[in-house]
This record gives sequence, C-alpha cells and structure tokens, in this order.
Amino acid sequence: MQEHDTSWVRTEMALAQPAPTSERGPVAWARKNLVGSVGDTVLTVLGIAIVAWILPQVLSWAFINAQWTGPDRTVCATVAQGGIQPDGWSGACWAFVNAKFGQFMFGTYPVEERWRPILVAILFVALLVPMLMPRLPRKGLNAILLFLVLPIVSFFLLIGGVFGLPHVETSRWGGLLVTLSLSFVGIAVSLPLGTVLALGRRSKMPIIKTLCVIFIETVRGIPLITVLFFVSVMLPLFLPEGVTFDKFLRALIGVSLFAAAYMAEVVRGGLQAIPKGQYEGADSLGLGYWQKMGLIVLPQALKLVIPGIVNTFIGMFKDTSLVLIISMFDLLGVVKQNFSDANWATPQTAKSGLVFAAFVFWLFCFGMSRYSMYTERRLDTGYKR
Amino acid sequence: MASQEILREEPSRGSFVNDPKVRSLFFQTLVVVLLFGAVWWIVQNVIDNLQRLHIASGFQFLRGRAGFDISDTPIAYTSDSTYGRAIIVGLLNTIIVAVAGIITATIIGFVIGIGRLSQNWLIRKICTVYVEIFRNIPPLLVIFFWYSGVLAVLPAPRESFHLPFGSYLNQRGFYFPRAVWGDGSWLILVALVVGIAMAWFVRRAARQRQMATGQQFPVLWTSIALIVGLPLLAYVLSGFPLSFDFPKQSTFNLTGGFQVKPEFLSLYLALSCYTAAFIAEIVRAGIRGVNKGQTEAASALGLRSGPTLRLVVVPQAMRIVIPPLTSQYLNLTKNSSLAIAIGYPDLTATAGTVLNQTGQAVEGVLIMMVAYLLLSLVTSAVMNVVNARMALVER
Repeated sequence: MQEHDTSWVRTEMALAQPAPTSERGPVAWARKNLVGSVGDTVLTVLGIAIVAWILPQVLSWAFINAQWTGPDRTVCATVAQGGIQPDGWSGACWAFVNAKFGQFMFGTYPVEERWRPILVAILFVALLVPMLMPRLPRKGLNAILLFLVLPIVSFFLLIGGVFGLPHVETSRWGGLLVTLSLSFVGIAVSLPLGTVLALGRRSKMPIIKTLCVIFIETVRGIPLITVLFFVSVMLPLFLPEGVTFDKFLRALIGVSLFAAAYMAEVVRGGLQAIPKGQYEGADSLGLGYWQKMGLIVLPQALKLVIPGIVNTFIGMFKDTSLVLIISMFDLLGVVKQNFSDANWATPQTAKSGLVFAAFVFWLFCFGMSRYSMYTERRLDTGYKR
Repeated sequence: MASQEILREEPSRGSFVNDPKVRSLFFQTLVVVLLFGAVWWIVQNVIDNLQRLHIASGFQFLRGRAGFDISDTPIAYTSDSTYGRAIIVGLLNTIIVAVAGIITATIIGFVIGIGRLSQNWLIRKICTVYVEIFRNIPPLLVIFFWYSGVLAVLPAPRESFHLPFGSYLNQRGFYFPRAVWGDGSWLILVALVVGIAMAWFVRRAARQRQMATGQQFPVLWTSIALIVGLPLLAYVLSGFPLSFDFPKQSTFNLTGGFQVKPEFLSLYLALSCYTAAFIAEIVRAGIRGVNKGQTEAASALGLRSGPTLRLVVVPQAMRIVIPPLTSQYLNLTKNSSLAIAIGYPDLTATAGTVLNQTGQAVEGVLIMMVAYLLLSLVTSAVMNVVNARMALVER
C-alpha cells in the first residue's frame, strides 16, 4: 500500500455561518417561548385570553374613558347618578385626584405654609441623590447631613414656632408628608436599634441576651396594629399625670420599635453568616468588642443582608399606612377620608383614589427594591458563597 | 504541655476594670437595675392613672354584659353575651379568615410561582407583573380596593348578578345555597371517615408491596373511589337526606341561602392576593434552589418529567420553601388584624371595642398580644411538624 499523506490542516478560520433559520428571528423565538409543545400552546392561548380580557379594560378605564379635569362630581357621574357622563360609563375619575392633590400630599397643612414641606422635600432629595450615587465622594459627611442634620432642620421647619415661622400642629400634617416622614425616621431609627438588638441577642451576657430575645420575639409575634394600640393606649397610662406625648410621636415610636425587631433578625442572619475566623482574627489583633464589631464584623454582615434590610424598609414603608387605624392621616388615610366628600362621591371616586395611592406606594417600593438589586450587584465582591 | 501549665498557674491579669467577666457582670447588673427602676416607675404611674380614672384592674370585666352587636358570629352571640364571649367570637373570626386566606394564598402562590419559571414567555411575564404589583403596595390598600373599589359598587340586591349553582353576588355579599342535612346524614360523614381511613391503609399496603415485590398498585384511583364512592353509597342508602336551601330573590333583599358578607370577602380576597405574591417568590426561589444536577440525574435514571418533578425536585424544593412559607402564614394571620379598617369583627376589632367600652386598656392589649402570640406559636408548631417530615434524612 502506498503511503498517502491524508492529514490536512486548515490554515484559515472558517467563515462564521449565520444560525439556521429555525434558530433565529422572532419566529424561532416564538416557537421556542410560546408554542414549544401542546401544553405550551394552550398556556399561550390562555395567557393571550387573560391579557386580551384585562388590558383593554384597564386601558380604557385609566386613560381612554378617564375624566382628567373638572370642578365637582358631575364630571365623574353618569346621567342617572346626576352627572354628565352617558349611562354605563366607566372610567377613572382623575379629576378627583387632581382637585385633592394638595391634600393627598400635605393633608390639612395650611396652604400658605406648604412651601415648608416642599423645601424639606427638596433638601431631602438634594441629600439623598448624592448618597445613592456610589461615584460621588464624601459619603460620611453626606450621611451625617442626611440622617442627623436633616431630621432636626425638618423638625423645626415643619413644626415651626421658631424663627418667626407659625406653629403647625402635627394633627394638621397628613398625606404623603406623614407617610414619608414616618418611614424616614423609622428607617433612620430601626437600622441602628435593630443592629444593637441583634448584637444583644448574640451577646454572651445571659440577661441582656434574654431581654433582647423576649423583645424581638414578642414584637414579631404580634401585629403592628396591636403595637400601635399599645403605644396609643398604654403609653399615656405609663407616664405620670399631665405628661402627654404627641400622637405623631407615638406612632413614630410604634413603627420604629416594630421595624427594629424585624431588622434585628435580618442583621442576626448576617452576623451568623460571618465565619468564626473573622471574629477570632479581630480578637487576636487585640480589638475591643465595639472595634471588632464596628470595623470587622458589621461591615461584612450588613453587606451580606442588604436585600433583607431593604425588604424590611419596604415592609415598613407599606406598614406606615396602618396609622390610619389610630386616626392619623397618611396618604392612604387622606385618600380614604376624601371618599366621604359629598362633592366628589361617585362610584368611581374610591377606585380612582385608591389606584392613585397604590401607584405612589408602588413607585417608592419598586424604586427601593430595584436600588437594592443594583447595590447588591455593585457590592458583590465575589467572595459570597 | 509544660508551657501551658505555667500559663495556667500565673494568669497575667491586668486591672480588673479590663476583665471581661467583671465588665459583663457590671453591665448586666446595671441593665437589671435600670430595667427594674423603669418598670417600677411605670407600674406606679399605671396604678396612679388607673386610680385617677376609677378603673379596677383585673379580668373581672370579662364577665360583664357586652351590649354591642357583632355582624359575623360563628358561635351563638347576642348583645347580652359577656365581654369574654365577644372576644372569643373575634378570635374565631380571625382564625376563620386566616385559615381560608392561608389555603387560597398557598394555591395562588404556588401557581404563580411555578408560572414565573415557565418555559412560556407570556405566562412568565403575566406572573411577574402580578408579583411586582402586589408586593409593592400596602395590604391595607388592597383591602380597601376590594371593599370600596370593587364590592361596594356591585349592583343592589334587586339587580344581583346571578351566578351558576343558584348563587348571587351583590353589594351585600355573596350568596350561595346552604346544605341542609336531613335525618341519617351522619351516615355520610361516617362513610367519609371510613373511606379516608381505608384509602390510607391501601396506600400503606401498596407501598409495602412495592418495596417488597416491585409491583405497583393504582393507589390514586382506588383512593378516589373509596373517598368519593363510599359517602355517595351512604347517601343513596340513607334515602337522599341532603337538600339545599337556595337563596331567593325578594323585592329588596335575598332571603335564605348562605351569605358571605363583603367585609369577610374583601379581607379574604385581599389577604390571599397579597400573600400569594410573596409565596410565589418563595416557591420560585425554592425550585431554583434545587441543583440542576438533580434533574439531570433523574433523567439519566430514566424518570420522565412528571415523576422527576414529583419525586426529585419538589421534595427538595419543599425543604427550602417551608421555613419562609411559615413566616408568610404568620404574616397573613397578623395582617388579618387589618380587618378593623373595614369593620370585620376579628380579634383586634372586638377586643378594641371592649377596650374602649370598659377602659381596661392594659388587660385588653394583653389579651390581644397573648392571643396573637398563641396563634403564631400554634402555626409555627404545625409547620415545624411538616418541616420535620420533609427534612433531609441524613445517613
């Protein structure tokens, strides 16, 4: 047999071929993601039916048939209900939201003084935005301004009574102003308090540990309403005669204590996830307890549990709506209070007001959750197991 | 060894101010002293305040006449009943709405959670939209939405929606036929219990046989036949004792049948929808938490996709799912206290009314706290049993 050199090596790269037509383009995508099998096709048809049933209704209610402006209820009521709309009309009454917008934002805060909450909001945004952008420097100063200076300045700005500002009682606060101030103070208080409680629960001192466990488990076991009842009914009994707490302050205490108990459990999860070597390493460097916790353990632990912390924040932001049960008027409370306004009472009023409130709540909570996801990705050092 | 002995004999003690033991003792004593001081001060204030308001402490007031009506009463209750009974009615209402909500939320949550992992793009997106909407708005708002936005604008009783099986829906609630059990209907109940017991034995015997011989037995169909067939047989044998009381439309209202009030309906729907969004996320995380190698190993063993899911993926996913699922159940139970906002007489609402009428704030809040803690403990205990059965059996 004669030897042939049959080996052959290609010297230039083969040109890339486009993917086969069955694997590209919208048709292939649809075939893979929508009609992959018989069951899949049935599900797709079902899905299309659901969307086709809900979406037009929502769109026509919220936009096409909606009434955007108007002086009173007649624009949102059908002829039979004493309005101008044809019978069978169903659309959002954004005119109601439009007319009550000031109340939804500030409650019954005096109109000529509303520049004060607006100024506070501007300061808040001006301090929050650089805080949230990781690229900007001076985070420490920023945090001090945001969490220490701003609350004090806002307190005097909103309450008044000094520097010639007229006094505005907290009972006149309302709407988004109450929701945001309650949740901001709740966040600013519950994170440090929750961290201290978590450290207490992991402490080796039996009495402190027991106290922390009792506090955390009791508060986590009862509804926020009961806690609010507790602070609104029991606190006056606990104090000597004549000493009274502002109702707003009482709600603030209730919400903060409640959130702190949940925060403590989240932080404890982070503390437990830190390997023992880190604690021992800090010990062997001769660091004291607070140095060990503050410089070594907590920075790692808190970073691990950012999603949990933000979830607690979101939960607390939503929970502030419960203060309406102890007759304070946050955003939801003001919206609900305005249902009974005879000037605007139509079948569509309640739905429109609630959808507006839901949208505002949703915007804040969704924003928070997205920011937490972004932070999580950014802080992911690759050491996470 | 020797060096350790020396170290142990001569501990190099610094100043005892720096001794961690002394410090810990000092701080704990300080905390105890401060705590006792605070408690003593509070107790003094409470006693002073109660004396000033002329309120006698103690639980004697529970025997007093309540004097207020409750709209939903699972047990007999009139305004002449005692405060204690009013609180029990509230507790029962809380339990009813919590159990109903937990069941529905679990079903919706599992469907949506599995839907979020579906191959189907459209289903995935619909489920994502559901979760993102309900996770980010307060539960109280969802309750109001059902109550004032949906149920309150339903037609008046005269123009009620007529639904299948003789049920009606109007602004006063949902009406459906009530079963009236005649004489001899106890036989049906007995047959049901016997059927379930027999099905359980069949399942055990079938499993033992499969373990021993490898032969399978159609357990599912036998069980269905036993559980459905036996009561049906009893129903026929005892001479059809079951009849229905249909709601009838009169001029202004519906009479007869069973009425579910809009307060209950909106609370139940809202809690189910809201909690379902969280359960969906838990289920999704649980299923994704099962290693892909497990599925691949199962298919390498020749299991089809059904058994793979049932025997390999779900048991492992449940281990991840159950602990957070328990805390969602607890959340739902606690969120049922929002009933007070729409006037459903749950524990918080009735205890709150009692508290306002009698002024017994300390006792009232204490009862509420203890009741909710007990409910939480019972739920946790039940779920711990389930969890223990699901837990990894390690060799």
